[in-house]
Amino acid sequence: MRVTLFVPCFIDSLYPNVGMSMVHVLERLGHTVEFPEEQTCCGQPPFNSGYWEEARTVASKQLDVFHKAEVIISGSGSCGAMFKVFYPELFHGHAREAEAKALSAKTWEFSEFLVTKLGITDVGARFEGRATFHDGCHGLRELGTKLAPRELLRHVQGLELVEMTEAETCCGFGGTFAVKYPQISTAMAEVKCNSICETKADYVISNDSSCLMQIGGWLDRNVGSVKCLHLAEVLASR
Amino acid sequence: MTTHAGLPRHQFQQDANLTANDGPRREAVRKALGNYQTARNRTGATFTDWKSARNAAATIKHEALNHLDRYLEEFEQKFTARGGKVFWASDSKQARDYILKLAKEKGVRSIVKSKAMTGEEIHLNEALLEEGYGVVESDLGEYIQQLKGEPPYHFVFPCMHLRRDEISDLFHRELGTAQTNSPEELTMIARRVLRRAYVEADMGISGANFIVADTGMISITENEGNARLTVGLPKIHVALIGIEKMVPRLGDLALFLPMLATAGTGQHLTGYNSMYGGPRQPGETDGPEEFHVVFLDNHRTRLLADPEQRDALHCIRCGACLNVCPIFKNIGGHTYGTTYQGPIGSVITPHFRGLQDWKHLSGASSLCGACTETCPVGIDIHHHLLHNRRNAAAQKPASGEGLLWKAFVFLMKRPALYRLATKFAPLGGLLQPLLEHVPFNPLHNWTETREFPQAPLRSFRDQFRAHQAAKTSQAKGGAR
Repeated sequence: MRVTLFVPCFIDSLYPNVGMSMVHVLERLGHTVEFPEEQTCCGQPPFNSGYWEEARTVASKQLDVFHKAEVIISGSGSCGAMFKVFYPELFHGHAREAEAKALSAKTWEFSEFLVTKLGITDVGARFEGRATFHDGCHGLRELGTKLAPRELLRHVQGLELVEMTEAETCCGFGGTFAVKYPQISTAMAEVKCNSICETKADYVISNDSSCLMQIGGWLDRNVGSVKCLHLAEVLASR
Repeated sequence: MTTHAGLPRHQFQQDANLTANDGPRREAVRKALGNYQTARNRTGATFTDWKSARNAAATIKHEALNHLDRYLEEFEQKFTARGGKVFWASDSKQARDYILKLAKEKGVRSIVKSKAMTGEEIHLNEALLEEGYGVVESDLGEYIQQLKGEPPYHFVFPCMHLRRDEISDLFHRELGTAQTNSPEELTMIARRVLRRAYVEADMGISGANFIVADTGMISITENEGNARLTVGLPKIHVALIGIEKMVPRLGDLALFLPMLATAGTGQHLTGYNSMYGGPRQPGETDGPEEFHVVFLDNHRTRLLADPEQRDALHCIRCGACLNVCPIFKNIGGHTYGTTYQGPIGSVITPHFRGLQDWKHLSGASSLCGACTETCPVGIDIHHHLLHNRRNAAAQKPASGEGLLWKAFVFLMKRPALYRLATKFAPLGGLLQPLLEHVPFNPLHNWTETREFPQAPLRSFRDQFRAHQAAKTSQAKGGAR
């Protein structure tokens, strides 16, 4: 299958390995991966801040870029939800509504694409360690992704997966929320990270790098020993 | 905690600074709400199908609000036929004035009140006390908050933030009772005060959980029996009710009473569920001689006129969205500075009290959606926070922020420029240690409490391009 990657701006700059890991996993499964270089940001930051006109302008650019894609795969549940759930609302009653809906229909979060669309739960990965999984809120509640990443991780050889009590609790990132209300955001990170540490895991894995930036940022400052990994990085290991 | 001068958004930030850093209180609240969650999961599981029950509840509330005018009139007709009186209050002042005038006309001296958030909303107690009436809150949690001189912390669990020893201290200070650590003894202290208040009061004031149109009755749900005594003993009763509390039929309560109990407290049913249809009828031996229902609009019709957010009026005030909200758990109820705390409060307060003054509550959310997921009547709570943000920005862009997003659009519309910007990302990380002590460091709000990742030298797009080039040359090599 020809698959088109949507690599959100912060993954592009800060976590390129996440994108490359997705490329490796998909290519090993025999798919042709393409990455349109004209893509920029999904527009979620202005959208979440209430600046929908500005968000529409940025989103319009992505409608152009991904117009010809067969399937679009996002390595972030949050940016994926922007394409899949919020574009139709953002363009509701606007000229490009139909295009937004079409883009929504062909967008997949990475783990859902593997498990639900392709029916693959074992990608032949091997990774030694004890890990816990963090559900990113947009992936979990906007896209309904809960089991797919766990199915994939269960089949990773050498990986011990332990659930934390606060798996579904928000990490406190929330985009601009993290810097507009840093005191609340940090308190939320603390609750999340305490729950991660309770599991005695060596790794916290998620399907959303934005959450991991928050979790990793707090852990690195306060704990140091627990490492953050994107699901794709684990699945690409052998 | 609510004594700050200044704008609500400044008060919010200041209080959040204190409460988000109060580790022990946060832990206690989280633990209490963890117990709630366990109980709720247990009772929720006894519904054959919670999801269908939720859809049914949303459908019934939709129907009730869609024809609210008709159902309110139906209620009025049935209720007044039994001798009840209905007053329509457009705003807080009208509601307060009606109740004050009634108290004056009837020569009322003391008043007992059961839990009513509408009373908080219109600042009824303050108005009554100012006119010299004694008012005693009869719900234990509300009584404690009244003694403490604080508004409720949570609209279902008013004093959930207080420890037992703090309540004992409060009783010792205000009532002169001996210190105790026993919840039973603390309850008995309050009970002795409250029993006297019921007998002495010549007016009772309550709210209601539901208005039932087809029987012309109100339904009150509680656990302490205090509302029954508040309605039953004094000569005059006033129920102050938001007009949105409507259900069309008595039979609807078969769904709503267990649903409210489950979502609100994790109970199958609350301890007492009472229906009141008017004053004491001929031949009856008890009940108030006069029964007034004050219907409160106070901008509810303004929300009703908004097709996008009118489902916020479905709210049955179960408090479930507060109980699961990670913001509420970390900043507590008083920080909001509103009558209705938590996610639903952040949605409706801008409608009730002004968007520009209260838009910050919609901003103070990570939009995690736990509220929407848990809401028993299916209100799209966290998306309404987005809608409030949109409406606020469209009405009046925040100074500076509008410009920032214009610059953002300028960059994101130009892939070449964007690519250039990503080239400089690693530089940001290298400069970060130098910026650490600069007062205008744009990353300060992040780096004060968290590390910021160092951007690798090669972005994804650079690595992908190299990867594709390697594949192409490999393919060529293979062909050769």
